[in-house]
Amino acid sequence: MDVAALTLLALSLPFVGALVAPLLTRLLGHNAAWILALFPAAIVLHFMRFWPEVSRGEIVTGGYEWIPSFNVSFSWLIDGLSLTFVLLIAGIGTLIVLYSGGYLKRHPQQGRFFSFILMFMGSMLGLVVSDSFLMLFVFWELTSITSFLLIGFDHSREAARRAALQALVVTGGGGLFLLAGLLVIWNVTGVTQLSLLMSFGPEMRASPFYLAALLLVLGGAFTKSAQFPFHFWLPNAMEAPTPVSAYLHSATMVKAGVYLLMRLNPVLGGTPEWQLLLPLFGSATLVIGAVLACRQTDLKLMLAYTTMASLGLLVMLTGLGFPHAIEAAALYLVAHSLFKGALFMVAGIIDHETGTRDVTKLGGLRSAMPLTFVIALAAAFSMGGLPPFFGFLAKEEIYYALPSLDRRAMVFAALAILGNGLMFAVAFAVALKPFIGAKIETPKSAHEAPLLLWLGPALLAAKGLSAALLSNLTHQLVSSPMATAIAGEPRQITISAIPHIGMPLALSCVTIALGVIFYLNLARLRAFIATILSDIGWGPDLGFDQFMRGLVRFSVALTRRLQSGRLDVYMTATFVLVAAVLLGAPLYYGELPRAPFFAADVPVHELAIMAIAVIGLFAVVLASDRLTAIVSLGIQGFAVAVIFLLYGAPDLAFTQFMIETLSVVVLALVMTRLRLSPSDHRPLAQTVPDLTIALACGIGFGLMLLKVTGVPFDATLTDFFNLYSKTVAHGANVVNVIIVDFRGTDTLGEIAVVMVTGLAILSLVRLRAGALRRIADNDPDAEERA
Amino acid sequence: MRSVIFRTVAPFLTSLMVLFSIFVLLRGHNEPGGGFIGGLIAVSALAVYGIACGVETVRRAIYFHPMAIAGAGLFAATIAGLISIAARVPFMTGLWIYPSLLGVEVPLSTVMLFDCGVYLVVVGAISSIALSLEERGGE
Repeated sequence: MDVAALTLLALSLPFVGALVAPLLTRLLGHNAAWILALFPAAIVLHFMRFWPEVSRGEIVTGGYEWIPSFNVSFSWLIDGLSLTFVLLIAGIGTLIVLYSGGYLKRHPQQGRFFSFILMFMGSMLGLVVSDSFLMLFVFWELTSITSFLLIGFDHSREAARRAALQALVVTGGGGLFLLAGLLVIWNVTGVTQLSLLMSFGPEMRASPFYLAALLLVLGGAFTKSAQFPFHFWLPNAMEAPTPVSAYLHSATMVKAGVYLLMRLNPVLGGTPEWQLLLPLFGSATLVIGAVLACRQTDLKLMLAYTTMASLGLLVMLTGLGFPHAIEAAALYLVAHSLFKGALFMVAGIIDHETGTRDVTKLGGLRSAMPLTFVIALAAAFSMGGLPPFFGFLAKEEIYYALPSLDRRAMVFAALAILGNGLMFAVAFAVALKPFIGAKIETPKSAHEAPLLLWLGPALLAAKGLSAALLSNLTHQLVSSPMATAIAGEPRQITISAIPHIGMPLALSCVTIALGVIFYLNLARLRAFIATILSDIGWGPDLGFDQFMRGLVRFSVALTRRLQSGRLDVYMTATFVLVAAVLLGAPLYYGELPRAPFFAADVPVHELAIMAIAVIGLFAVVLASDRLTAIVSLGIQGFAVAVIFLLYGAPDLAFTQFMIETLSVVVLALVMTRLRLSPSDHRPLAQTVPDLTIALACGIGFGLMLLKVTGVPFDATLTDFFNLYSKTVAHGANVVNVIIVDFRGTDTLGEIAVVMVTGLAILSLVRLRAGALRRIADNDPDAEERA
Repeated sequence: MRSVIFRTVAPFLTSLMVLFSIFVLLRGHNEPGGGFIGGLIAVSALAVYGIACGVETVRRAIYFHPMAIAGAGLFAATIAGLISIAARVPFMTGLWIYPSLLGVEVPLSTVMLFDCGVYLVVVGAISSIALSLEERGGE
């Protein structure tokens, strides 16, 4: 197999895994994790083969044609950025699968969970390697949908359902902004592939539509990456089982927005708008996230808010435009994925082994869980930016990029120090506080986690250490190619784990000192922030609820206005519109037909048939009860069918006969069901408008037919079908050949519609009036009243 | 319907009509007829039977749920289209074979399968509507 086929296989592997996961779990129980982890591991191995090219700064593209006529392809783009993401997604994914094996052991729906998480992995991989816009968008929305499934995994709880829906609305809605943004970019540049787009930076930035494209793309990226004020879905998503939080809300899904910004940096970046909006929203998210993290006592929520803060830091660094800011963002992204994944898993272990995640109810676990303690400390050191961990390298690079005498740089440096200091405090509150001090009784008696649980975080923490110690290799394989891809020009990262005296180290020391102060005063800080928050009393989370309630109220009101539920209103509206179109258009354009031409000698039998049709009409109008009216409608129908027959359309006539018969039968059945009064009691005030509408429709159709028949007949199609019906399609009945052969696909669609309509009518007939009312009342106000 | 004559004649009439509908379906390719018309005739036959002998009798007589018949029809029509793909020609291209049965050459085609699908969808969907209306109408 060639590389392209293997890559396609690798990209589809998670979905294959998702397919077999439920069966495997039924057979092997939680040990299925060992086999399922092989799927992402194989992906890691496959993508490592791109290292030589990518570390030389080359871009590997490949793929297959999908819809060539629309210039849509299934193609991928592998450079330093996407390769790093792929390795993080599949690498951490492998560990997460193992971890879920232990975490959800004996959960009745473990197989389904594996399935969801592998599907998510596949979507995320697709997202980061996508080259074509359409593919990017499809996978982007797929990650929203799969994360909806994962967050709502525990679907019997109301909070989980709400969080899942919230995440779907925010990130899926943001995806629509992304789609619009991509369409704008496509219209400006005319390319639909990221790899080709890279050379269109100047055109894009000079375009009058630049701001529109930027705002739309930011709408997608900020919602996905939980930037203030769209951050609220991220902490709520902690309703998901911990493996989900560790995977989606630290290393992968929330980074998709950052990925997008980094990917488009060479195209959209570098302008004043970019350098204003990204640092503005990023720094706001950083500070707000870090402050809110200190307020929490739940381990997972603390981590969730620091994730939000880290995402803010990444967005800020991506947008700053200083030399080295991009390098700092690249390093911090990798470091964050490693330590945050590990810390989330540690939080999950503590929850799993002690039965609580409340940091105030935990203490003295170091003797019961020594291994977990070591892992937690290693991850927290990295998060706090202490040497010799990878987080230290990232932090040094950040402080290397920020300070200068420029006022703007000083502001952002100060914000970064504040945010990092707070995150330092939270890191140790999560990783140190539960383990030291006096032992506190927990709901479950604590003991060390099993292999499946500690393996993942241990490897991630070890990776954070080894990546820093072997910094040359890390930079050569990962960081430098990644920074090159983000910047769109060659970048070289050289920073190492050995501290060297200078401004960055000084700022690091300030951060750590600040962090220690915050850590020691965390309880006071928490109370202080809580007071402020309760004084404000409103947040975007509440705003979301208000927005959703308002939306539902609005649609209920609108629906009530548009859908009165009365059949006569619908029919009046429909026929008024038909009459308006039929009469209005020819009057407006002055294209009324000329006086019709009457043949001098109409045969007697044709006149007789027409007389029958007219008599049928009068029979309908004058019928004393409704059933008679329906049957009389048949008279006119049969007369028309006979006319078809006389004019050489036996198939049409035949069908018309059957339709007339059946509609009389069905209408009569409906009438008996509706228990209408047998006669028509409409008052004159209603009869006259109805009559007017009916006459207008009739005259309109008559005029249209006269006009149509007045135009010379174009026989091209008739000739074509007559010529080829027998020779090509082996059928002498042209009508039938058109239906089943020449235009067979149309017919396939039509019979599908017939069937679906049948199903719809069937369910309507089956519903009782009471059930209908219950379904119609999907109104929040009504629920509140009840 | 209480009329003894009608109830006695209805089964025969229905059988004849169904037979006729199949005849119309099969001759459709060369002479007036086809799946739509055939299906409508068959539905009328079932309606007649239903009016004469009651819905339950009809449901027993056709054995399958009408919607299942419609589903089978849609499936057959789709398969008829997909066979062409398997033969590496565009979707819905008509394919013909002429096997000889008992010494008579019988033209068979995917087009015919497709038309039978149309027939079944029409029979299933419309009779399902008519039957369920008839059923509740009596309440």
